[in-house]
Amino acid sequence: MYRAAVPGPVQSIERAAAILRLLAARSGRLGLVEISASLDLAKGTVHGILRTLQSVGFVEQDPTSGKYQLGAALLHLGSSYLDVNELRARALNWSDALAARTGEAVRVGTSMDSRVLIVHHVFRPDESLQTLEVGNLLPAHACALGKVLLAYGPAPTRAQASQPLEGFTRVTVVDRRALTQELGRVREQGWSQEVEEWQPGEAAVAAPIRAYGGLAVGAIEVRGAVERLCDYHRQPKTEHVTRVREAARAISRELGAARW
Amino acid sequence: MVSERFVMAVDQGTTSSRCLVFDHRGRMVAVSQREHRQYYPRPGWVEHDAMEIWRNVAKLIQHAARDAGLQASDIVGLGIANQRETTVVWDRRTGEPVGRAIVWQDTRTADLVNELARAGGANRFRSLCGLPLATYFAGPKIRWLLNETPGLRERAERGEVLFGTMETWLIWNLTGGPDGGRHVTDVTNASRTMLLNLKTLDWDLSLCEAMGIPTRMLPEVRPSIEVYGEARAVMPGLRITAALGDQQAALFGQTCFAPGEAKCTYGTGSFLLLNTGKEISHSNHGLITTPAYQIGGEAPTYALEGSIAITGSLVQWFRDGLGLISSAPEIETLARTVEDNGGCYIVPAFSGLFAPHWRSEARGVIVGLTSYITKGHLARAVLEATGWQTREVVDAMNADSGVALTTLKVDGGMTSDHLLMQFLADVLDVPVVRPLVAETVSVGAAYAAGLAVGYWADLDVLRRNWHRASQWLPAMDPRHREIEYENWQRAVERTLDWVRQPDQVQGRRARPDQ
Repeated sequence: MYRAAVPGPVQSIERAAAILRLLAARSGRLGLVEISASLDLAKGTVHGILRTLQSVGFVEQDPTSGKYQLGAALLHLGSSYLDVNELRARALNWSDALAARTGEAVRVGTSMDSRVLIVHHVFRPDESLQTLEVGNLLPAHACALGKVLLAYGPAPTRAQASQPLEGFTRVTVVDRRALTQELGRVREQGWSQEVEEWQPGEAAVAAPIRAYGGLAVGAIEVRGAVERLCDYHRQPKTEHVTRVREAARAISRELGAARW
Repeated sequence: MVSERFVMAVDQGTTSSRCLVFDHRGRMVAVSQREHRQYYPRPGWVEHDAMEIWRNVAKLIQHAARDAGLQASDIVGLGIANQRETTVVWDRRTGEPVGRAIVWQDTRTADLVNELARAGGANRFRSLCGLPLATYFAGPKIRWLLNETPGLRERAERGEVLFGTMETWLIWNLTGGPDGGRHVTDVTNASRTMLLNLKTLDWDLSLCEAMGIPTRMLPEVRPSIEVYGEARAVMPGLRITAALGDQQAALFGQTCFAPGEAKCTYGTGSFLLLNTGKEISHSNHGLITTPAYQIGGEAPTYALEGSIAITGSLVQWFRDGLGLISSAPEIETLARTVEDNGGCYIVPAFSGLFAPHWRSEARGVIVGLTSYITKGHLARAVLEATGWQTREVVDAMNADSGVALTTLKVDGGMTSDHLLMQFLADVLDVPVVRPLVAETVSVGAAYAAGLAVGYWADLDVLRRNWHRASQWLPAMDPRHREIEYENWQRAVERTLDWVRQPDQVQGRRARPDQ
């Protein structure tokens, strides 16, 4: 495929923006014909763009008149993308299944003020005494969930990037450059790991939960003792990695990340 | 993997149907779900399109099997758990329902029920069938259809139309429909008609006569756990090996096999069931008596049940009726925007009050409104209503059994709401525990289906599959709990006697057509 050295503007995104502006400018609803005429575009082209915008919630179609208007998702663009309680409800079945299959504890987290908010926690199924950790906030750089959220989330602001990274054990990643490198690896392989970087003796593997468009809205991890979760080289066992990624994919499908 | 076999469950619920596939360790391997339409043609009326539900279930079975990569021969059996009491009557030759299914929440039979209660009181059938007269149960709904549909009674007497609750309707369709489909029900579902004799576990002719229902339209009553037949449609060869009412299925899925074990399922309504063993135990505090399950060839196990009509559906109403949230889980987010209920209480007596009150004339109230109240307080009051309603049935159960509940095993969709689960632990003052698989209704149906064909050897094997996934511990100040409970009880009093009998209505003439 030919690629220009400096990619130019993407035509369909420009057209989508024009459609959104047009819908925002008119108080009432607009039909396909009106939109095509206003922008001097073929009806087929406009229809394709409208359907895409509709699928991400930026445009809504009135079921009776068939006319289009701005969608609710667009109005809430600035606020939280996915309700955390909704995330938990959607993750419930698959995190249960993950805990059952691995025999380990499972947690789901999302980003909150550059830390990780635990939104769901399934106990390790061994009847031992455990406390619910929902609502806890964790330092992102020191845990598997956080590394996924950092790797797939927005780049840190300059202020954030100048903050020193706190060490919790001898192996917590406290060097910015080392962290950046690790996040690159996370993006490459599609999952993250944490081996005694937060709590001695504990390890975790996490993978991203995505919503439509592929946006990472959370992460799911499996967590347990290093000797159970890792092999002799202190690397997470492949079966755990596979299962976490499968669970993450299943939840993502529920959230509408169709082709992921 | 080649030799591994699986068990399938269909959970035909009030708002949606789902199909799940489980492996031998009770772990879910596939799930598919589809909502169906709710029809509210008049206040108090709730209907479903039985054809839509059948089409959905057929698709879901195919989807779940495809997702798990399975054929009929890979599946040892299908277990069906279903919304109970919802009443379908259909033409046995065409397979077409005579009208929409009347849903368990529907209150159109209130006058009929009052009329039946006038001759002998609301508890006149209780010693035979375990139930008080209420709009909730299927018998009065059948009677209403026979009264209101021209020619239906004659067709029923001639054996041209069949009655069923959802499991009966689905089994009949799966096993061939008009072409030789089996017309059967299980004891748990049959017990919700008011027509089943709890001792003989068969239709009671005196009850059928009192209710005015021709026995020819009734399905054959079978144990909950036995091979009913093979599917001839949807997935030919698939064996149907269990059927349970959804609440009994949840009790089974929570592995409450011993007397004294109890669970509460939080769905559209909420249902607390306590295993009472092989004895029929009658309640003095507004609970109902029901079979818990019956394994083919064995004596039945019974349960006491506290039925709450409106819990999850109050959240749905908050979402769809009031439009204050866009998805059900958001109720927790909204409720957390405030510290407490602000003095506001919602008693959702939408279909009257079920256990322990059984007051069909009650209607919902929102009390304590001041200009201080925001939608956040209302959201709290919505969640708290579920907590207090549970407290009422737990109190009744403790009083009936003489033994105080020490933990509450919970399941169902609302267990994902942590604010509610913590509130439950707070108001009950006992730990609240969620098992590893929250889809306990489906798990129970699957367990029952697997047990029927020896996929699982016995109940002990199943018990070992139960694991704790979450736990909430009580943390509320006892004095605060008492004050709030009193407020709740005062709010409940305000729902009573709202719907008046025609002869109580003054100031306007009773319309002759009513």
